[in-house]
Amino acid sequence: MGYHAMAINQNTLTIDGKDVYFEQGQTIMDAALAAKIYIPHLCHYPGLPPSGNCRLCVVETNGKSVAACITQAQAGLRIHSNTPELNAVRKTITQMLFVEGNHICPACEKSGNCKLQAMGYYLGMHEEHFHHFNPRRALDASHPAIFLDRSRCILCDLCVRASREVDGKNVFAIAGRGADAHLIVNTDSGKLGDSNLDRDDLAANICPVGAIMHKQRGYVSPIGQRIYDQQPINEIALGEHVPESTERDHD
Amino acid sequence: MTDQKIRIATASLAGCFGCHMSFLDIDEKLVQLNERIEFNRSPLTDIKHCGPSDIGLIEGGVCNADNVRVLREFRANCKVLIAVGACAINGGVPAMRNYFDLRECLEEVYLHGTGVTNPQIPDDAELPLLLDKVYPVQEVVRIDYFLPGCPPPADAFLQMLMPLLDGKAPHIANNQLHYD
Ligand code: SF4
Ligand code: SF4
Repeated sequence: MGYHAMAINQNTLTIDGKDVYFEQGQTIMDAALAAKIYIPHLCHYPGLPPSGNCRLCVVETNGKSVAACITQAQAGLRIHSNTPELNAVRKTITQMLFVEGNHICPACEKSGNCKLQAMGYYLGMHEEHFHHFNPRRALDASHPAIFLDRSRCILCDLCVRASREVDGKNVFAIAGRGADAHLIVNTDSGKLGDSNLDRDDLAANICPVGAIMHKQRGYVSPIGQRIYDQQPINEIALGEHVPESTERDHD
Repeated sequence: MTDQKIRIATASLAGCFGCHMSFLDIDEKLVQLNERIEFNRSPLTDIKHCGPSDIGLIEGGVCNADNVRVLREFRANCKVLIAVGACAINGGVPAMRNYFDLRECLEEVYLHGTGVTNPQIPDDAELPLLLDKVYPVQEVVRIDYFLPGCPPPADAFLQMLMPLLDGKAPHIANNQLHYD
């Protein structure tokens, strides 16, 4: 075996039987996305540090279930991702996300552009299966350009990471434990209007669902021309990355 | 299968009749369909109670006591019961009242609302009492199939019904699946 072949072998794993090359330090998710293999995810966004909370990217390797976004790629790993069993688990997780919030898509401006909804379509979810929580969560419309509808928040933590890592503002945080966990705004009043969030901040634009929304900008795309009307989530996700130019170094 | 027609019953609970309209949007295919089916109780017929039927289509969530009665009658009489549309499946837009207490809603509409004269909350025994919340139908009875959409596309009705007429399991195509 030549030197080159050995080097490749040391950096190769398989996903659903396909050889995937990775660079040292990459996660399974990084390696999969680089190889244009889709592993379902909602709380991961390339260019932001992973947080591992949505659990949709669960894959199986060595007889264990691991979250692909926070598990280091290792040579020789044989990973199973696109299996009926794992997709059934992912559908259950998606149903849980729907029932614990108030996801009334017919009345939501994010419909057609929403990752949670697109995940439901991708996984063939016809109904929510579990009893609805019907939570009553505070809406914050105090900011001139942005409103926060917590009833649709899936606690993916993306706005928190975007604001901290990219915008350098730390506007958002998740507080509370267990079922009481909720998104808070880091101001004395707790109001978004008292924060320095700007409409162009990544944190104001990265929410995968209809929780952080721009005011007076609903229902702009005709039906049929919305993001997931045209392409399913497994295709759109392969092209996503935080714009490099906005990535800042906070060391 | 004999020449006997498949019996279909339909109902609107806390619905807007939009799902029934979308069903009628199959247009002239309704004529073909009609050769194989006959309607039992439905807003489209005069039959007052659901009799033994092969398929029941339920539009709308469950918002009052009468909805519960009708839904149970359908479950008891239909071999296959299908929840049609967002309201039946998850409560839909009417479930937005679940953000408030029922009393708050009634007082706003019948006592304190703009333009209300002779304010009083209706309490005649003829009127079905509202439930504390709007419920999806599967939180009240067992449901066999779900047809999502607000409303479901006309073609999705055919994708659901045609295989069932032949005794097969229906399959909703990906491009017919939406929640809005
Ligand atoms: S946030 Fe997404 S899933 Fe939730 S109601 Fe809006 S479109 Fe539907
Ligand atoms: S507001 Fe949006 S981005 Fe922030 S945690 Fe909730 S769902 Fe995620």
